[in-house]
Amino acid sequence: MEFPGLLVYWIIVVLMMMGLYIVVAQNNLVKKIVGLNVFQVSVFLLYITMGKIAEGTAPILADEIEIYSNPLPHVLILTAIVVGVATTSLGLALVVRIHEAYGSIEDDEILEQESDA
Amino acid sequence: MRIRNLFSVVILTGVFSLLGAAIYVIMDAVDVAFTEAAVGAGVSTVLMLGTLALTTREEKASSSRRVLPAALLSLVTGAILIYGTLDMPDYGDGRAPIHLHVAPRYLNDSAQEIDIPNVVTSVLASYRGYDTLGETFVIFTAAMGVLAIIGRGRRRRKSGTTGEADK
Amino acid sequence: MSLSDIRFMRRKVVLRVVSKILIPFILLFGLYVQWHGDFGPGGGFQAGVIFASAFILYALIFGVEQTRRAVPAWVTRSGLAVGVLLYAGVGVATLLLGENFLNYNALASDPIQGQHLGILLVELGVGITVCCAMITIFIAFAGRGRS
Repeated sequence: MEFPGLLVYWIIVVLMMMGLYIVVAQNNLVKKIVGLNVFQVSVFLLYITMGKIAEGTAPILADEIEIYSNPLPHVLILTAIVVGVATTSLGLALVVRIHEAYGSIEDDEILEQESDA
Repeated sequence: MRIRNLFSVVILTGVFSLLGAAIYVIMDAVDVAFTEAAVGAGVSTVLMLGTLALTTREEKASSSRRVLPAALLSLVTGAILIYGTLDMPDYGDGRAPIHLHVAPRYLNDSAQEIDIPNVVTSVLASYRGYDTLGETFVIFTAAMGVLAIIGRGRRRRKSGTTGEADK
Repeated sequence: MSLSDIRFMRRKVVLRVVSKILIPFILLFGLYVQWHGDFGPGGGFQAGVIFASAFILYALIFGVEQTRRAVPAWVTRSGLAVGVLLYAGVGVATLLLGENFLNYNALASDPIQGQHLGILLVELGVGITVCCAMITIFIAFAGRGRS
């Protein structure tokens, strides 16, 4: 399959900016975390696309295969995904605590309560 | 169009992760796809649903958004990033700089030095064992952090001030 | 078991039976991914998550109290530390055997055997930590507000 050169990177940049937009624009804390997730996946995709070699296969050694894709980005992203879910859960735990303390998970309502106090 | 139901937001995020896993398979990253399918589509969706159960399922209708500054920020940043990609090697180019340094050594010598077929595992556990040790510590720390923040669910019974009404 | 629990379990009979059939296979698949990671896709990270997802499924269907009876808090909490210590311990062992930190060549008389043993132990450590971390995090969320 022929990709016109840089198109993949541009798609990833669009995805990344969607994530950034969600994080900045939304007031809801759960939506913010979803936005961070989108951003995170787009970074993962950027690494994986750079590791791909045309005609290559997955880096599991076999006799009749000549070209393998680059295994290094795979290693970095594999661990990053699991670390990502661990840190996401930390963020979600903070959201739960914020809800208990303020009774709301909307950014602006929390700020209002803060300025009232 | 805007989804106010956070439940659908979370489910769509799970679908997004699963599609991401499919793209990883296309790009030869089978180990990564495996992890993304198990973690992104499975565990993280469940954790987000757990959060919704403890907080709220609907976004407040009055919730305002910072549309204009956010759109401006992401457009400008996106334009800069796309300008940055113009120098990058084409997708799938085997002569790109990333493929010329350490990677050939891993692929060529791993069979003699470590003798296991999955190069990702040999790089992960042996060549880059330091990295993985660090990542394991991060996971350990994150779990400890979650425990510190919401680990003691029973403390609320004593104070009895918050949260009982909205169950 | 309280009355509401019994009513709950009677109502979800399909979920209960299907998950009871599935859980052993999920655990088995987790172990397969753990030990087969050298030859195909897989390894400690994936195996830990899959193994934990079996417990998460159990907790979703049968409740947190029941799950805590199967895996008490002290098991998952010490498992978290045991995994990391096993990983770092392999590194310290290679140091004591006169090699660099995490250079597995010294673990056996033959360097390749040493590498195999080292990778096996290290992946096991990763698997234990990831599995216990996921169970701990899920139960922290699910057990909250239940009191």
